[in-house]
Amino acid sequence: MLRFLLRRLALIVPTFVGISLLSFSFIRLLPGDPVQTLSGVHSMSPERYAALIHQFGLDRPLWQQYLEYVWRALHGDLGTSISTTHSILSEFLTLFPATVELSVCAIIFATVIGIALGIVAAVKRGTLLDQATMGTALVGYSMPIFWWGLLLIILFSGILHWTPVSGRISLDFFIRPVTGFMLIDSLLSGQTGAFRSAVSHLVLPTIVLGTIPLAVIARQTRSAMLEVLGEDYVRTARAKGLPPWRVVGVHALRNALIPVITTIGLQVGTLLAGAILTETIFSWPGIAKWMVDSISRRDYPVVQGGLLLIAVIVMVVNLIVDILYSLVNPRIRHVR
Amino acid sequence: MAEVTLPTGEGAPLGETQANFGRQGAFAEFWRYFGDNRGAVVGLVFLCLIVLIAVFAPLVAPHNPDDQFRTFLLQPPAWEAGGSWTFPLGTDAIGRDMLSRLIFGSRYSLFIGLVVVTISLVGGIVLGLIAGFAGGFLDNAIMRVMDVILAFPSLLLALVLVAILGPGLFNAMIAIAISYQPHYVRLTRASVLTERSKDYVTAVRVAGAGLPRLMFLTVLPNCMAPLIVQAALSFSNAILDAAALGFLGMGAQPPTPEWGTMLAEAREFILRAWWVVTFPGLAILLTVLAINLVGDGLRDALDPKLKRS
Repeated sequence: MLRFLLRRLALIVPTFVGISLLSFSFIRLLPGDPVQTLSGVHSMSPERYAALIHQFGLDRPLWQQYLEYVWRALHGDLGTSISTTHSILSEFLTLFPATVELSVCAIIFATVIGIALGIVAAVKRGTLLDQATMGTALVGYSMPIFWWGLLLIILFSGILHWTPVSGRISLDFFIRPVTGFMLIDSLLSGQTGAFRSAVSHLVLPTIVLGTIPLAVIARQTRSAMLEVLGEDYVRTARAKGLPPWRVVGVHALRNALIPVITTIGLQVGTLLAGAILTETIFSWPGIAKWMVDSISRRDYPVVQGGLLLIAVIVMVVNLIVDILYSLVNPRIRHVR
Repeated sequence: MAEVTLPTGEGAPLGETQANFGRQGAFAEFWRYFGDNRGAVVGLVFLCLIVLIAVFAPLVAPHNPDDQFRTFLLQPPAWEAGGSWTFPLGTDAIGRDMLSRLIFGSRYSLFIGLVVVTISLVGGIVLGLIAGFAGGFLDNAIMRVMDVILAFPSLLLALVLVAILGPGLFNAMIAIAISYQPHYVRLTRASVLTERSKDYVTAVRVAGAGLPRLMFLTVLPNCMAPLIVQAALSFSNAILDAAALGFLGMGAQPPTPEWGTMLAEAREFILRAWWVVTFPGLAILLTVLAINLVGDGLRDALDPKLKRS
């Protein structure tokens, strides 16, 4: 186990070097002058230009610039945003909880419903119910979620007036951020109706973001269950006379869930890609919308910093998933 | 394999017919499994229909997709009050026929899918074969680069690449192809590693085949099954991602009748004219669904592990 852990940890180093190289070169690869890109100013005196070149360290060799960049990044200094002049890291940290809140809700929604649908489909294999469930899952899997979000807005906000169109909470409430998670903060604030408002803002984005993971999890659960239901120990459990729900829910499910857990872990990247669209449609103030807005505002230092932070998060989550998976399934440790 | 002479008297012709029979048999077997899957057949028929529509778009479409009928702005579809059969699916905000734009849009989506899959398949196969055969430093270097690409969410990477290359359909396709690269490389490399040590590869190697022949003619054909399935999957994903880029304003630019770009233009009319929002998305969904149905059929037919024997 220790060897596996060390080898897996060692792999982090080249990946981090690659990630930082990529985000470092981003500014230099953009068309146009890096001084203008970094300062956001497009006409300036030659003296000011020379001063900025020195300030950004662009007069030094590339490898020095890179090392300097990594050194600063490791100390939490990712530069400042052109449009707000705030520190990029602090902007990221204020917006990150919104994305986490949305993603966690989406993954809970997808996991609970996805596993339930997968079990039902596997147990009722070949029936109309199975076909209907898997058909729906395939539609969900093929869904352009930005369009799905617009449809839900038309139905639930436009026609039924059940849910608000955008944001995290109604403007009637002023919520002081304590944890950054609106569901918790609105409860802490003690204002009547605040929690309700936060929930109603969260419902549609959760459904939209959770749709594709739900479909993936449902399909994966079904095939894992089908494989397990044919095993000898399930037959033994049935032969012992255990009630069917116990055989399915305990004996089979426990083993079927191992590959499903990996699938859920692998959805983190998908979730962040989906968050780009979901946050844009619902004006959800998270990091994905922040990135999209910064790209269209040409606030490239923010894009550079955000790229690095997001990639590091994905990398760390993948590491955790791998380690958890090797704890659940010891065989994986010895296979390359 | 052709170099191996069989010990039987009339070896050569017999071997040839057997090989021939084997290939036809494999296809028949494939078709048997594929045809069993009703969803896959429906998907294939629908996909063929879309291909035909795309090819014959100028003949099928009732209007030019860029013609603006200024007196018919945001006209509803024919069956709604105020609609007419001149514009069966209505018109958009500047009076262009929705149906014609959707028909021409199918060209873009299929083209995007095709180009992205071709680029990422070819690149992935070459890199994967190199990684699998070379081993050591080269293998490590290639795989670590792929790890780095995988650390970025695909759509975010595509967005950033488009910011570097400049918005547009062509750049969007390149960006998406790059973000899909790791999947192909990993699949190819994994198959190469299992195939490389098998007897038939050793036999060909002993017979004196060069490395390129060994890589592309001996090993590659036996690695194709998972790659074909992956190609079908990324064909549909490419259409979704390109539409998403178009929707975010970083893909095909207006007035291109690309489905995602059409949705972006339609967004502000979402509560006033449901048809400008509904139809482009429906077109994306149905196309992607058809391709995924075919992909599932391919997987069931090609993946021996899932075969019901």
